[in-house]
Amino acid sequence: MHSIPGRRLIMALFLIFLLLPIYWLVNMSFKTNAEIVSTMTLWPHTPTLQHYRRIFTDESWYSGYINSLEYVVINTVISIAVALPAAYAFSRYRFLGDKHLFFWLLSNRMAPAAVYALPFFNLYSAIGLFDTPWAVALAHCIFNVPLAVWILEGFVSGVPREIDETAFLDGYSFPRFFIKILVPLIASGIGVAAFFCFMFSWVELLLARTLTSVQAKPIAAIMTRTVSAAGMDWGLLAAAGVLTIIPGALVIWFVRNYIARGFALGRV
Amino acid sequence: MDKTINQKAWFLVLPVFLVVAFSAVLPLMTVVNYSMQDTFGNNQFFWNGVGWFKELLDPSTDLGGRFLASLGRNLFFSAVILAIEVPLGIVVALSMPREGWSVAACLVILALPLLIPWNVVGTIWQIFGRPDIGLLGYVLNHLGFNYNYVSNDVDAWVTVIVMDVWHWTSLVALLCYAGLKSIPDAYYQAAQIDGASRWAVFKAIQLPKMNRVLLIAVLLRFMDSFMIYTEPFVVTGGGPGNSTTFVSIELVKIALGQFDLGKAAALSLVYNLIILIVCWVFYTVMTNAGSERPVKEGAA
Repeated sequence: MHSIPGRRLIMALFLIFLLLPIYWLVNMSFKTNAEIVSTMTLWPHTPTLQHYRRIFTDESWYSGYINSLEYVVINTVISIAVALPAAYAFSRYRFLGDKHLFFWLLSNRMAPAAVYALPFFNLYSAIGLFDTPWAVALAHCIFNVPLAVWILEGFVSGVPREIDETAFLDGYSFPRFFIKILVPLIASGIGVAAFFCFMFSWVELLLARTLTSVQAKPIAAIMTRTVSAAGMDWGLLAAAGVLTIIPGALVIWFVRNYIARGFALGRV
Repeated sequence: MDKTINQKAWFLVLPVFLVVAFSAVLPLMTVVNYSMQDTFGNNQFFWNGVGWFKELLDPSTDLGGRFLASLGRNLFFSAVILAIEVPLGIVVALSMPREGWSVAACLVILALPLLIPWNVVGTIWQIFGRPDIGLLGYVLNHLGFNYNYVSNDVDAWVTVIVMDVWHWTSLVALLCYAGLKSIPDAYYQAAQIDGASRWAVFKAIQLPKMNRVLLIAVLLRFMDSFMIYTEPFVVTGGGPGNSTTFVSIELVKIALGQFDLGKAAALSLVYNLIILIVCWVFYTVMTNAGSERPVKEGAA
């Protein structure tokens, strides 16, 4: 009764539609450039690891992954750390301006990155953070902190208030209650929020590219710049692309039931 | 749920407030400042009042023309992808397997495009659509279509739209699936006893129950497609000509390409205002929906 006729066929077709372009990228990353340009082959006839080898040995390539991971991790830590107490406050208390603040946070999550590119460039140049991972990490806070607050607020609201009250009656101080009782209770929520902060920071290109030039250049920027500079090294580009998909693909299994929730800001 | 009034809660919110204020309010002030001035370089600024805004909203000027054209393209793009992704997402959600390992497998594959960096999504389709090395372009051209997204406007549009459908339909599907799963079996049993048709079940039970998630999906998709930058930038670079130049691409061109601070700032503010209005609708929907949310659902 749940489903519609022909559902298996529809599902299969849709999944093929999703997987085919990804397969093509993986396929190309294992081909030699000669094979890519000269013939149309559905699988690599002379499989090679040369593109991956190049990325892992050439510093200008692998440093991009390290730079990206650096600001993504800094951003995730900052976002979760500041969002946790705020999520608790929004979930449990009413205070002056709470609704406006909540809306203001959301509006920042939705703000177009293009609007902020230029002022961020000026701001971080002025305070000497330009071209460091901190600039990108702080810039990404503009959408990740609100996201983390919204997601965590949903999870904190799922914890019954009686637990807080019992803990306080038992003589727990607020910080001790927070760390010893609340955080373990919403551990999976923190995991989900961290995952989404990681993801949204990982996939963003515009701000990351604008705020870095040489030292902290993220992998996404290296990919676009290489494409425009010296001709087209399709195999290398494909291999670099495949490697950026891996972090998401690794954790996807653990968060599969929370994907919808994370994208809907904890409101599903 | 009753909440207690406690002004001390502000201390808990303070870190968030400071971080977001630093990264949002400060830059926004700069934008407002720039939008009223003109510069000839050398850090010399001249007061320009609302001049930029007048120019921006007047289609006969260069700036106004570009803004309105990109806005029109963007709205058209959003409308098209919503018209495709929402029905398709519902169909896919209804096609989800009922139980067993295949549910998890489908969820994982559906989620995969959502977690790919946006520029890589662009790269994937850039490669996939090329007539010489991409499967899609190659097959289409061998079937007799003269498909080339680099030189043909329509092909560029089709590529960008198919790419967005590929990238984001899963989100609509996953949201709808979450809505469908919350329908108790008793509803379906009652419908079966009444002898309701498949269509009647959809119209009377599933659609109303999906109402809220659908609204969220539509608003999220509208907002994100309205801000789209990276994917079309990588695939078409806004071209051929200006045919796929959306508002964000235009804005970055003016701001970082030409360093035309005043114009870019004025455009940013108007752009932001549109987003803010849609965002307010979104917020109202979300918080109203939140009050109907059963408490259990929030449990981890």
